[in-house]
Amino acid sequence: MSCSGRGQAAAIVGRRHAGEVALALVLAAVPLALPNAYAYDIAINALFSATVCVGLNLLIGYAGQISLGHAAFFGLGAYASGILTTRYGWPPLGALVVGAVGVGGLSWLVALPVLRLKGHFLAMATLGIGIIVSIVLNTESWLTGGSDGLMVGDFTLFGHTLTGDRGWYCVAAGLLLVTVWGSRNLISSPVGRALRALHGCEVAAEVAGINTARYKVMVFVLSAVLAAIVGSLFVHYAGMITPSKTGFMRSIELVTMVVFGGMASIHGAVIGAVILTVLPHLLTQFEDYETMILGAIMVGTMIFMPRGLLVTLAGWRWRGRAS
Amino acid sequence: MKVRPPVVPAFTGPVFAFMLSVAGIAVGVVAFAADAQAQAIKIGSFLSVTGGASFLGDPEKKTLELEVEAINRQGGINGHKLDLVVYDDGGAADKAASFAKRLIESDQVDVLIGGSTTATTMAAIPLAEKAGIPFVSLAGAVVIVDPVKHWVFKTPHTDRLAAEKIFEDLRKRGLTKLGLISEDAGFGKSGHDQSLIVAKAFGIEIVADEVYSPRDPDTTAQLTKIRNTPGVAALFNFGFGQGPAVVTRNVRQLGITIPFYQSHGVASKEFIKLVGEAGEGIRLLGSALAVAEQLPAADPQRPVVLAFQRAYADAYQAEASTFAGYARDALYMVAEAAGRAGGADKAKVRDQLELTKGFIGTTGIFTMSPADHMGLSPASFHLIEIRNGNWKLMD
Repeated sequence: MSCSGRGQAAAIVGRRHAGEVALALVLAAVPLALPNAYAYDIAINALFSATVCVGLNLLIGYAGQISLGHAAFFGLGAYASGILTTRYGWPPLGALVVGAVGVGGLSWLVALPVLRLKGHFLAMATLGIGIIVSIVLNTESWLTGGSDGLMVGDFTLFGHTLTGDRGWYCVAAGLLLVTVWGSRNLISSPVGRALRALHGCEVAAEVAGINTARYKVMVFVLSAVLAAIVGSLFVHYAGMITPSKTGFMRSIELVTMVVFGGMASIHGAVIGAVILTVLPHLLTQFEDYETMILGAIMVGTMIFMPRGLLVTLAGWRWRGRAS
Repeated sequence: MKVRPPVVPAFTGPVFAFMLSVAGIAVGVVAFAADAQAQAIKIGSFLSVTGGASFLGDPEKKTLELEVEAINRQGGINGHKLDLVVYDDGGAADKAASFAKRLIESDQVDVLIGGSTTATTMAAIPLAEKAGIPFVSLAGAVVIVDPVKHWVFKTPHTDRLAAEKIFEDLRKRGLTKLGLISEDAGFGKSGHDQSLIVAKAFGIEIVADEVYSPRDPDTTAQLTKIRNTPGVAALFNFGFGQGPAVVTRNVRQLGITIPFYQSHGVASKEFIKLVGEAGEGIRLLGSALAVAEQLPAADPQRPVVLAFQRAYADAYQAEASTFAGYARDALYMVAEAAGRAGGADKAKVRDQLELTKGFIGTTGIFTMSPADHMGLSPASFHLIEIRNGNWKLMD
């Protein structure tokens, strides 16, 4: 490394990870503002969604591909954990790993042929997978419990049981931090530069010697596995899973969170997920109008901030500074 | 090697931190927003007011609002006013769990009523059990109260009870070979499983067993299979919503003439309107509410159901469905239990709910016990037949 001094290197690392430090501080501070288990529940759900969205954002924002099946990958992870632990007595960690590996294999098989094509074929393929998964989960009730869902026990590891809202909050927050940190490193690595190049112009990237198909497959599998891991943890936290949590609409919701917060911005994905998880709960007091207001907020954001909330806000700040 | 600055500017950090904090505070504020009203008995409810099960949740919500107002107008329960909080779970179990948590932890309600469907109820049961709060479900499946859960009660008939009542009639008519067609999810699925369990006890043999999905537009393939099954003497459809209407129309289209039974899932005037002519002669189960006018004058339920029907029709210009009756019974059962308990103490209300005896509701006459948290007998079901576009009481 040819950096001239430790101070400069530290400054650069510090700057690159300023967002992570801020995120860690906020995550540590939020519990102070959470008055009860219900608030914890929303927070934990928001953190889990945020983790899935950070992974999805790598695919959408950096590889330029859309997945309409991420809720299905989440669901496969959740059901793998649920079924293996309740029906076959597996340890939760083992079930989690098997679920993640299984989803990794499945997404790899799907992506391999599809991502050799240019354009949005991945969206169609994942749409299909999502619907197939949803039908199987709904109808094979001897295994999945059908539309009534599946009850699942606690997450235990080496004799310790993870219980309580604080415990789960720490796990969800830790997972999000690790994911954000890993994504930041990935984006700043040669792989990340290759991804951004292929998002900018696939032909140019190929001319520059980048194996675009390989990178796209890699990112897709990575984000699918991440969704599966979150699914596995979620099912133990919630104690249950139903197919509605894994359906097409949920996949759309995840994509919306990424776009809402701001594509190609890791923190944008986090913000999008947090806001779109918390907002419906804030709006319930408007009763019959809540869906309408939520829709208006989303349409308004997309019209006035087409690049997403965080990216646009950061852009305004940037302009303000320059002038 | 050079370290390049990241493309996404790092100064998003502070903006990001600020927004996250706002979100965090917002969570806190919403949780504090609803403050407990002194002395009032707080009733929390989560219902499927929108979505696929809205035909359950919508009348249930209207009923709770109507009857809480009526009780408060008369001065409440021993001076305690009722305070109702309703959330719409849209039929999604995970939302139901989240709202149940909100009702228990944030709104700090004293009693839970709700769970329009079995799935939403089951999602909330672990929470109610853990928090120790009386919970009266409005959903059908027998799993809700079997095995008995300490804090959980329910007002609708179970699917097992429905199967028993139908099989009793089949046995009386000497029809022992039954073709069963049921929905492959939720209510129909549970009803199907219960039918298989209780069939033997009534000497009924299920010779054909077909399923359809709630949104299937056509079931002629399944029905043709049943028709061609040798010896089949009667047909029984377990399901609710659009499915049974499709089955009924297909039955007539195929010219199937064997006796045709439906479950209590279709006991609403909407169903008669949906199927029109095709519904003639169908036998099904309904609560007293469906046949209020035809009940004999001596029937103790008669004044109760007539009064409820009138109140509901006056308020909403619509007919009170069986499902509305579930909510009405749950509310008054809770109100009476709270009255006997002398307040909103959760454990005392629960104990009094379990001691409910001879409570005259719209669905039936309830007598709870430590071993039975539903408290209805098969006698609470009325066997009815569709004649000339209306219900005809058969028993």
